[in-house]
Amino acid sequence: MAAQGKGFQQSQMAQWNRSGYFRSPGSRDVNPDLEAERQTASFSVERLTAILDGGADNTRTRRAVEAVIYSDPGFSRENQYFQSQNERYETAVRKAVYLKEKMHQMGWTEDGPEVKYCYRALGGDLAFNIHRVFKSSILALGTDEQIAKWIPLADKYHIIGTYAQTELGHGTFLRGLETTAIFDISTQEFTLNTPKISAMKWWPGDLGRSATHAVVFAQLYIKGKCYGLHAFILQIRSLRDHSPAPGVIVGDIGPKMNFEHIDNGYLMLQNINIPRENMLSRFSQVLPDGTYMKQGSDKINYLTMIITRVQILWTEVIPMLLKACTIAIRYSVVRRQSKLNPGDPEAKILDYQTQQQKLLPLLATAYAFHFMNGYVNEFYNKGYTEIKQENFDSLPELHALTSGLKAIITEYCTAGAEVCLRACGGHGYSALSGLPFLYTKLAASCTYEGENTVLFLQTARFLVKCLAAVHSGQPIPPSAAYLYSVDSGKCQAWTKMDFLRPDIYGEAYRHRATRLLGNAATKLQALVQSGAEQHEAWNQCTVQLVKAAKAHCHYIVVKNFIDTVEKLRNEAEIQKIVKHLCDLFALHGIFSNTGDFLHAGYISGDQMDMVTASYLDLLAVIRNNAVPLVDAFDFTDESLNSALGSYDGHVYQRLYEWAQKSPTNQQVSQAYARYLKPLFQSALSKL
Amino acid sequence: MNKDLRRERDSASFNPELLTHVLDGGAERTRRRREIEALVLNDPDFQHEDLNFLSRSQRYEEAIRKSALMVVKLREYGIADPDEIYWFKRTCQGSFVEPLGLHFSMFTNTLQNQCTVAQQDKWLPPTYGLQIIGTYAQTEMGHGTHLRGLETTATYDPATQEFILNSPTVTSIKWWPGGLGKTSNHAIVLAQLYTQGQCKGLHAFIVPIRQLGTHEPLPGITVGDIGPKFGYDEMDNGYLKMDNFRIPRENMLMKYAKVEPDGTYVKPVSDKLTYGTMVFIRSLIVGDSARSLSRACTIAIRYSSVRHQSELKPGDPEPQILDYQTQQYKLFPLLATAYAFHFVGAYMKKTYHRITGDINQGDLRQLPELHALTAGLKAFTSWTANAGIEECRMACGGHGYSRCSGLPDIYVTFTPSCTYEGENTVMMLQTARFLIKSYTQVSSGQLVSGMVSYLNDLSGQHIQPQQVAARPTTVHINDPDSLVEAYKLRASRLVEAAAKNLKAELNRRKSQEDAWNRTSVDLVRASEAHCHYVVVKLFTTQLSEINDAAVHAVMNSLCLLYALYGISKHTGDFLQAGILTDAQVTQVYQRVKELLTAIRPNAVALVDAFDFHDNHLGSVLGRYDGNIYENMFEWAKKSPLNKTEVHESFHKHLKPMQAKL
Repeated sequence: MAAQGKGFQQSQMAQWNRSGYFRSPGSRDVNPDLEAERQTASFSVERLTAILDGGADNTRTRRAVEAVIYSDPGFSRENQYFQSQNERYETAVRKAVYLKEKMHQMGWTEDGPEVKYCYRALGGDLAFNIHRVFKSSILALGTDEQIAKWIPLADKYHIIGTYAQTELGHGTFLRGLETTAIFDISTQEFTLNTPKISAMKWWPGDLGRSATHAVVFAQLYIKGKCYGLHAFILQIRSLRDHSPAPGVIVGDIGPKMNFEHIDNGYLMLQNINIPRENMLSRFSQVLPDGTYMKQGSDKINYLTMIITRVQILWTEVIPMLLKACTIAIRYSVVRRQSKLNPGDPEAKILDYQTQQQKLLPLLATAYAFHFMNGYVNEFYNKGYTEIKQENFDSLPELHALTSGLKAIITEYCTAGAEVCLRACGGHGYSALSGLPFLYTKLAASCTYEGENTVLFLQTARFLVKCLAAVHSGQPIPPSAAYLYSVDSGKCQAWTKMDFLRPDIYGEAYRHRATRLLGNAATKLQALVQSGAEQHEAWNQCTVQLVKAAKAHCHYIVVKNFIDTVEKLRNEAEIQKIVKHLCDLFALHGIFSNTGDFLHAGYISGDQMDMVTASYLDLLAVIRNNAVPLVDAFDFTDESLNSALGSYDGHVYQRLYEWAQKSPTNQQVSQAYARYLKPLFQSALSKL
Repeated sequence: MNKDLRRERDSASFNPELLTHVLDGGAERTRRRREIEALVLNDPDFQHEDLNFLSRSQRYEEAIRKSALMVVKLREYGIADPDEIYWFKRTCQGSFVEPLGLHFSMFTNTLQNQCTVAQQDKWLPPTYGLQIIGTYAQTEMGHGTHLRGLETTATYDPATQEFILNSPTVTSIKWWPGGLGKTSNHAIVLAQLYTQGQCKGLHAFIVPIRQLGTHEPLPGITVGDIGPKFGYDEMDNGYLKMDNFRIPRENMLMKYAKVEPDGTYVKPVSDKLTYGTMVFIRSLIVGDSARSLSRACTIAIRYSSVRHQSELKPGDPEPQILDYQTQQYKLFPLLATAYAFHFVGAYMKKTYHRITGDINQGDLRQLPELHALTAGLKAFTSWTANAGIEECRMACGGHGYSRCSGLPDIYVTFTPSCTYEGENTVMMLQTARFLIKSYTQVSSGQLVSGMVSYLNDLSGQHIQPQQVAARPTTVHINDPDSLVEAYKLRASRLVEAAAKNLKAELNRRKSQEDAWNRTSVDLVRASEAHCHYVVVKLFTTQLSEINDAAVHAVMNSLCLLYALYGISKHTGDFLQAGILTDAQVTQVYQRVKELLTAIRPNAVALVDAFDFHDNHLGSVLGRYDGNIYENMFEWAKKSPLNKTEVHESFHKHLKPMQAKL
């Protein structure tokens, strides 16, 4: 950049002003530093994109949808980072409504293939996300009649719903919720109440300003007896003028780290009566005489949360890491800083080993999770079908697997986006990099839909049970079946090349997961045998149990990555690069947790040096394909919404142009006249 | 007061007031600090709406109002001591920053240190009087930490005796300086000096950028705000582009280097002098790491003793979440870290003042080492605190994500310190360069001194250096001094490994730089291990200076936790080097859990001892009285979205749509 003349810069800027703030792919001039990276790809980017999309047809559909959305100025996100909370909310409502119209106009239906691409294109900028959870909770927990009554209304937005579970005083621990629903036989109604301040519903999205209806979770009481948590549909705002219903106090909970476009809300209920039919009754119901009937598992209330956990992974979580990697890696080949060799031009920062070490393992992680997502969906679809047919056998495993994977994926993605942000130095801190937005969105995912530590412990509880089954020779669910295999005791690698063998590192991860679980279970048992009460023993082991659950999830991800590479056998070039990514993901995990593998001597000190050597070699290998590997994610500039990450790499000009549009540069501030001017006055005579 | 918090405070085994005195550096300083804080807290002029409910422009305006007010009040009260000014300001600001910050720090300090006497006479009075508001414009769009790459030029024209300033490329536009966008009327600009056709490197110039009186940008100057950021909403970080902008020759800061009227360049005597300022600023960042993490811990620990959730024992009431081992494991090591960093910051400040004395005597010998080693400590503490604040926030679950928790603000205000004043990875590599240099010295038979003297132990072994780690394992895991030794061994082992790998690369490659780059992951690890050792050592040293037995006992537990937790997170290093056995590592894990239990009854008292006033914490969750839920509700009602009962979007968008479908 330093060599480019001023004339060039100006013509660049003029060109950009003509063509709008982001140009579309195709015939465009690209920063030569970025262009050079694309010349040396060892594989077809287009082919990899198709594989990531699940087929070239999907890629075509996706691009067609994106073309429609992005050519429409009604969906522009240019001002997103400049808007206040109020403006963000209003824009999100407007766009959600507008998208509805657009889909109608395009003939895209709610169950068609285009929908998910609309959300991918506009993700993070639409209102009514929890409206979808409202619908899926009715679909999962409602009877056929209830579905027939409510879903069409919700589909047409004649009502806007929210899913009101979390309260001010309780989140992930559902049994502790305090809202009550008391059945009155004489009127055939439930009366809902918020008995104290900590029972106020708090956090549900779309609740504060938008929703007319809510699925509310409350403790069901019949004739003075508590039957636990159930879901009820109630109206909270007038359909005529949107004012709160009598007895309802509702509002927005105030500014947050992100999600400013969403009106997360509070809801207080004072003697709200609803008909008996408004309890969602697929799995349990209250008869007119007050008889309580129940079928299925206690865990059935978790079903909506399982559905939501699976959905957020591919809508809200994994794509955010893919985007963060795209931005940070593209910027790292445009940014030049300092010199690697005297006399050379300044080096691209991606050529520094420390920068590679920050970003390339994340790129591998992004691929690992993308592939993991396919596995989870398959597993989930099978389980969901069974549960709908009232076969609950797979529920515990489904719950354990989705809990642990949700926790590990959100944790890694969040940490990863933050690394990307900091890897972009000062410019990463600018909102215009897009990275603060991605990070703060991801940060919420570690808490919502189940706090991660609690989720890891649920996975751990399942694993401890599986281990007990192994000891008593009983069958165990497939995702934990590896606990049955026999351990070789020592890693079989002799050279650093051996650590590029999936069987070698896969086995190391399996060993670690088995050992950590075994240790935790042994400790738990020892405490119980020494007289500790079960619950106390459990609490004393939770740090270890979390560690064991993480090791289990880590193994599952590595294993699935290995299997994915295996399945790419008809795609030689692609298989080769994906194998490198798999190796990198696995070896980085060992390199970052050396103690787990060295402890008990499974991997020796010498072998660990081989791991490190292989790992560092891989950084250099992936380096050469880093840009093509992020290009393959195929995010448009509009969806990245980043001055640093755009396809053409004209980072600095874009940053400069965009900053000038900031409201702080447009609006007249009174700060000067009111506060600064009096300070300056007396200087006039002296200078 | 919330009954849980009251019980926690009643059951503490020590008097937190005494610990506050230790942190402040004496009871008298605690008293004076509180006196100054009270001046702000009791002053209605400093009251204002929660900044979280305001737009950026409004926040900027509010910050300027407060800055102007602070200047007036500080003079009114006659407060002039730097510490006292700092106490006053931080109480005004809470988590937020002031647009005039760089005026008071970098702009004024640079004038004081780099002006000739004549220049001082001209510039300092209006600077003190705030008729001139200045900023320090160093970073450009294309270059940050790598200063030599800066592209702004200052070309001397002997005909008019002026410098001509230019921003020749887009990447050369000054970008990021605080207070530059809207506030300042002058800037100290760092530019490549060209005279008599030669580039003489970076020099500092005073550049007027806005017209006094109208505050309009001067002709040839393009200046503005760089737009929204992760945090720092109330700061007008700015850009500055100069086109053939002329300033008189006298506007170059000429205490060291000079340009004569005919264009002759006179070189400075020493370039080490600026090191002193950098050491000072790094000590401030270390102190800030400690304080930011302390505030986050205060919020998270108080909230965790008020929040009840789930069940430990079936049938019992819901326990405080601080009773869960996993919650203790998240928060207590961070609490120990906050204390550790506090002592490191105090040590650095003390050392700075000591060597400032030496510098004034003309003795610059210690400066390079100190400069190199503090780079790593700046990086080590800011990285750790950065991650720690986020852990505290996540430990508060959903409510931590709300701005009312105060944690998002602490985080976004703190996190840029990983980047500014030297990007952390680059800082770590600077320390590594010094470590490698020291190692090389030792290998050639010379002794080294100071914090790296442990490398001397390698000297007898350079014939068979791989033996370094194979010493008897005599680590006692309950003895802080023994743990210092363990950290020392780890550091020497990793420095040695990095040095050997560097040598191996050098044998394979032509260029020194290339070999360095290919070893940099190892080098950063070595630096981190070194810094970790220094922190453990300073914490341990501090213990001996605590007289009160009860305070000593609890600090001893914290110090052990800090050291053992660090080992448990890096067991691989200790195992691979043979410093600890498998069995000892298992004991370390166990001991960490025992220490969590030991610290639990004192957790609230330990954060109370930080003595942050509620206004300074700026958190509903961290309130001293623990009445969180009702105050969250009160806070939320003030949200801008709640201004009307029915939001205007209903009439604009929802209603028309429902009519259409």
